[in-house]
Amino acid sequence: MQEAMIKRAKELLADGSVDRVIGWKRGEFAYDITPAVFTSAEELEHDFVFDDFTAANVSKYLVKETAKEGKILAFLKPCDTYSFNQLIKEHRIDREKVYVVGIPGGPKLDIEKIKAKGITGVLSVKNEDYTLKIETLYGEETMPFSEAVLDKCASCKSKKHVAYDELIGEDGDVLESNRFDMVEKLENMTAQERFDFWRGQLSKCIRCNACRNVCPACTCENCVFDNPKSGIDNKAAADSFEENMFHIIRAFHVAGRCTDCGECSRVCPQHIPLHLLNRKFIKDINELYGEYQAGADTTSRAPLTDYTKDDCEPSVVHERGVE
Amino acid sequence: MLKISKSRLGELFDAVAAKQTLYIPTDREPGAAEYKKYESGMELTKELNTVRSAKDFFFPQTENLADFRIDGKNIEVRDIREECGDFVVFGVRACDARSFTILDKVFLCEPVDSFYKNRRDHGTVVTMACSRPAETCFCQTFGIDPTSPEGDAACFDDGESIFFKANTEKGQAFIDSIASLLEEGDTAKLDEVNAKTKEIMAKLPLAKLSTGNFGGDKLNEYFNSDKWAELSEACLGCGTCTFVCPTCQCYDIRDFNTGHGIKRFRCWDSCMYSDFTKMAHGNPRLTQLERFRQRFMHKLVYFPANNNGEFGCVGCGRCLAKCPISMNIVKVMKALEEK
Repeated sequence: MQEAMIKRAKELLADGSVDRVIGWKRGEFAYDITPAVFTSAEELEHDFVFDDFTAANVSKYLVKETAKEGKILAFLKPCDTYSFNQLIKEHRIDREKVYVVGIPGGPKLDIEKIKAKGITGVLSVKNEDYTLKIETLYGEETMPFSEAVLDKCASCKSKKHVAYDELIGEDGDVLESNRFDMVEKLENMTAQERFDFWRGQLSKCIRCNACRNVCPACTCENCVFDNPKSGIDNKAAADSFEENMFHIIRAFHVAGRCTDCGECSRVCPQHIPLHLLNRKFIKDINELYGEYQAGADTTSRAPLTDYTKDDCEPSVVHERGVE
Repeated sequence: MLKISKSRLGELFDAVAAKQTLYIPTDREPGAAEYKKYESGMELTKELNTVRSAKDFFFPQTENLADFRIDGKNIEVRDIREECGDFVVFGVRACDARSFTILDKVFLCEPVDSFYKNRRDHGTVVTMACSRPAETCFCQTFGIDPTSPEGDAACFDDGESIFFKANTEKGQAFIDSIASLLEEGDTAKLDEVNAKTKEIMAKLPLAKLSTGNFGGDKLNEYFNSDKWAELSEACLGCGTCTFVCPTCQCYDIRDFNTGHGIKRFRCWDSCMYSDFTKMAHGNPRLTQLERFRQRFMHKLVYFPANNNGEFGCVGCGRCLAKCPISMNIVKVMKALEEK
């Protein structure tokens, strides 16, 4: 797949269809991939990589990239195309300046899951028939591929590309995923259990803002949490209440716009399952307003920015709050 | 050398914790360790290092500096500093131990930061030699020997026992305080372990990384490098690297309105943030390129320029493991060196 992508990128650069290519660049190790913009065939041949670790969603970079002159080729996995569409819908990306090549999705691997098995000093990771052969400083190790899959891929919602100009490989389908299982578990807890769960998770937060900055739904030019004029800016939580509120406010702000790309949880250095906050909103929206998938298209009106007579009454919040 | 069997480590921790507060690195979840206040039964992690560094003990993420109470037209300023109790941080790795030397240069030079000094004076750092370095380790680039860590006292694990060695008077006092639990032990096996670790060190992917091309005299050469644009291109502008870094020392001071007064606190800041060093006239670094450049120039050029050639990095590898886009000081050094 990597070779086919490099070949196609070189063709599109050579015939002038695009000026730049956004994809992933190989790093020092087997897994430390960096999103990167390529402008020449030499760079592509030397550094371009597409493998089990290229999980990063490059859609959000297109906000910045399409503000520049010229056209850019973007390689988008199925999940990335949802973020892309949502950004189009929000007028954050100039569609005319992107040539989208749809590429197959994951499942991608999570190096932290490999390391959590005690496999350290990782030098290379090879997938042989869904068994990972891992060469380390301390000898060769093996583990099942399935146990190292990124959480966001383990509950993949769709193999279908919802936006593309051309595809490499075949398109897939929207999947029946298990992505609401954990949300249901949380819903079935008592209020106190649920509170304890979230306090436990959110107290790990170091306010690095990685979740916000990677989030394709967070494209405000100046976030209220960074803006001294907002009156609620804070670099660190002044107390534990604020620590929790940052994530809850953010979840409210992306409600109805979050495509469930899972990047927030993927990048969290403290492994906080932030996507569960967003999934709770998605599940609620599905139940209260009818099935809705943000980013599935670029034209429909989102339930929270639309009005129909069938909309639930605000009192539903109160009713559902009763234990 | 004095030692204790690993099976009796719990007894040792209990004895230390009976006299002063003890912190040890322990597993929070598989693959993620953190320092926690020791409670009986808590086990030492098998992870190489903690997600957050040990700098938190001396330079916490947030701390209150002063309280202002407002009563009509009077403002009362309250000095809230108080002497902290003695504490021990056990199991600090050689990289983090060196980070304290770096932080000392910042916080203990005139004017001395009394908040930091208070904790340094009362804290005893007990280090643990490494025997299983990771691929992301590059402490040897900065002249650190992980088989012989600094700190007040150093521990060494030969697989069966933990050996103790004092590096300072404070460290000696720590060992004296637990002497009744220790016995003389033969270090033959430990020497083997250390020799093996050194073999691994030589084979690490970053073993050849050198600071030779960096230092205080490289300002013009690197500040204007055309590499910064490409290096910073994908940077998210988050603070992960800064906040997991044991040597990042920048902070901001803010006032928190409590409704009947002000709490003045300081908190870690990140040069990656858009409001870093924002002043009345605005922000001196308007683009992510400039903010990104600041972080690496600080560690590789500005810090050695002001501190007799000492670099502002200890090679712990946390930023390599945690950056969401896997951009880090190693990639920066390698790119800048390419002419």
